[in-house]
Amino acid sequence: MDPDLILLLNGIVSGLLLGGLYAAAATGLAVSFGMLDIVNIAHPALMVMGAFTVVLIGTALGLDPLLVAVLQAPLFYLLGVLIYGVYHHFFEKRGEEALQGLAFFFGVMFIIEVGLVMAFGPEQRFLDPPYAFITWRLGEIDLPLRMLAPALLALAALGALHLYLKRSFTGLAVAAVAQDAEALRLMAVNPVRIKRLAFGLSVALASIAGGALVVVQPVDPSSGQIFIGRVFAICIMGGMASLPGCLTAALLFGVVENVTATFYGPSWSPAVAFGWLLLVLAFRPQGLFGRMA
Amino acid sequence: MDPFTRRQFGRLSLAAAIAGAGQVAGVFPALAQGANPIRIGFAMALSGGLAGNGRATLLAYQIWAQEVNAKGGILGRPVQLVFYDDQTQPGLVPGIYTKLLDVDRVDIVTSPYATAMIAPAMPVVMQRNVTFLTIFGAGVNEAFKYDRHFNMNVVGDDMKETYAAGYFEVAAMLPTPPRSIAIAAADNEFAQKAGESARYHARKRGIRVVYDRSYPPSTVDFTPIIRAMQSARPDLVFIASYPPDSAGMVRAANELRFTPAIFGGGMVGTQLASFQSQFGPLLNNLVTWDVYSPEPTMNFPGVAAFQAKYRELAPREQTDLLGNYIPPYAYGQMQALEQTLTRVGKIDQAAMAADMHAQEFDTIVGKFRFSALGEWAEARNLYVQFQGITDNDLERYKRPGAKVILAPSAYKSGALRTPYGAAG
Repeated sequence: MDPDLILLLNGIVSGLLLGGLYAAAATGLAVSFGMLDIVNIAHPALMVMGAFTVVLIGTALGLDPLLVAVLQAPLFYLLGVLIYGVYHHFFEKRGEEALQGLAFFFGVMFIIEVGLVMAFGPEQRFLDPPYAFITWRLGEIDLPLRMLAPALLALAALGALHLYLKRSFTGLAVAAVAQDAEALRLMAVNPVRIKRLAFGLSVALASIAGGALVVVQPVDPSSGQIFIGRVFAICIMGGMASLPGCLTAALLFGVVENVTATFYGPSWSPAVAFGWLLLVLAFRPQGLFGRMA
Repeated sequence: MDPFTRRQFGRLSLAAAIAGAGQVAGVFPALAQGANPIRIGFAMALSGGLAGNGRATLLAYQIWAQEVNAKGGILGRPVQLVFYDDQTQPGLVPGIYTKLLDVDRVDIVTSPYATAMIAPAMPVVMQRNVTFLTIFGAGVNEAFKYDRHFNMNVVGDDMKETYAAGYFEVAAMLPTPPRSIAIAAADNEFAQKAGESARYHARKRGIRVVYDRSYPPSTVDFTPIIRAMQSARPDLVFIASYPPDSAGMVRAANELRFTPAIFGGGMVGTQLASFQSQFGPLLNNLVTWDVYSPEPTMNFPGVAAFQAKYRELAPREQTDLLGNYIPPYAYGQMQALEQTLTRVGKIDQAAMAADMHAQEFDTIVGKFRFSALGEWAEARNLYVQFQGITDNDLERYKRPGAKVILAPSAYKSGALRTPYGAAG
């Protein structure tokens, strides 16, 4: 096979796998930022916190990091409920959620980062499952399980969330609260309760993303910083509240980054990936799968 | 609830500041009460990306201060460390040094870790004409040419000439002379200078550069870089990277079964316990830049005792468990300061700088002199190779044999094994 074609195919496949990690990181934000309009800039920090607890629990109990991530998700749901409670009480209720709410989540981000440094130290932490060192080879295509397993978990989580939002009453209420909270109140549904639930879900998804992250790479308390720009860009590119859009944008981001890095050098990757974002927004301001207001 | 007023915020900030100051003094509670201590001020990365090395540096300083104070201090005065967390944000550094020099009025300033943090402190320090002892900078003073700057690092005066020289010395040990090299460097000052040095030496030796790219620090997946290198089929691979990237590069090379004759370069992170513990046998035959290895050729007086003390405290301080990288040098930096102060007999910035230019220092990392630019007059960039690593046990890194020194020849302790990826 032509060497350039092999490079291209591998670039696309590794980009899709990387996109899987991005999807894991961005899905929770698609709920909080996309549906609830809460600019949770601390989402990547919560993901890293999830990664640290995965390392802690997984090491102590000898469990697979992805399994731990799923098992600890309910605790992160409760943490999300708590964070939303504080945010709602001090900012949203007073109508000060725009700027002060953003400052609040900045604060949460710094507290998490410093808290992790104090609790675990600044060193890199890791928890490598045995399959992290295995690479499947399909002809000329490499499939490292280190990337494949987290991508599959991300797809499963995203699929489950999509079904929940489409098929359950509370799921539909979450979608409704994103469109018109007052109308929801007229239907005798408390929008605050629905938002609390949805925000809890978004933080639970950060836990799952943390498990995916720790399989892909070692983490340190500041690891979340490199994801902030990407996850927000993916959310916007996908169309804010659209989960299929979020997945498509994440995969596109991964593929564009890796193919660019392979052929034109990694320095161009972020520029080209964010260039795609601008291009998409120029032709579809509502994002790939978003609806015009 | 009443809204938070500006005055309330001010009171809260003041209370927080007092609480923070107490914590700093709390490092040496007895000294906080001592009479007229020599106050050594610095910013250090205690959080953020460089915190791993920042905390290890701080612990080494604290061990030194404790020992000096136990002996009665310097010039009859105890020493006190005054430090602030720079959060690995270069933008915070000038403010911290302004506070240290103008508000805290410390007697001596040392630098944060490392190049990217030292550079923003330089203008503040230069304006006040104080002697500045820096740690692990890389060519910072090439631009400033400040005659009171003294850098504790093995890199030497001309990084382009010295940094990668040892790597190519190792490459010359290959049974077949290498013909091609691939270079990848992170987009930061240190890595770019390291990459430039590799390029310079490759050209000098007629080795063809078949891949030469930079990558942004935000890179998550390193397989495209390694795959592109692999397709260029180089004999040598020189990577200049920071810890998270070094991990990604090693992982990707292993996944893609990349086996050049020599794989490595200036990979920061490979020197740290967390990295060695994670990668274990994957490190076999990796050739990388280093500053210290417990080989018989580096058994300087005092280094083993220091490391024993450091390793006892490291788990509690949650910092690098081995202390084979920056800690001996951080301790040695303070020994150099102590020797200068003892010779000068008073805190006189000009006299201290003159002494540091003129005298030789004898520390736990060996004897050295400073050049006119304030770098080590004689560079000592080590290139080590991981050998015989069978598991993730860190004990082996406390003994000779795990990180064999290949260059420079004066410190050589073993023979090159090749290629990368073969069993060590």
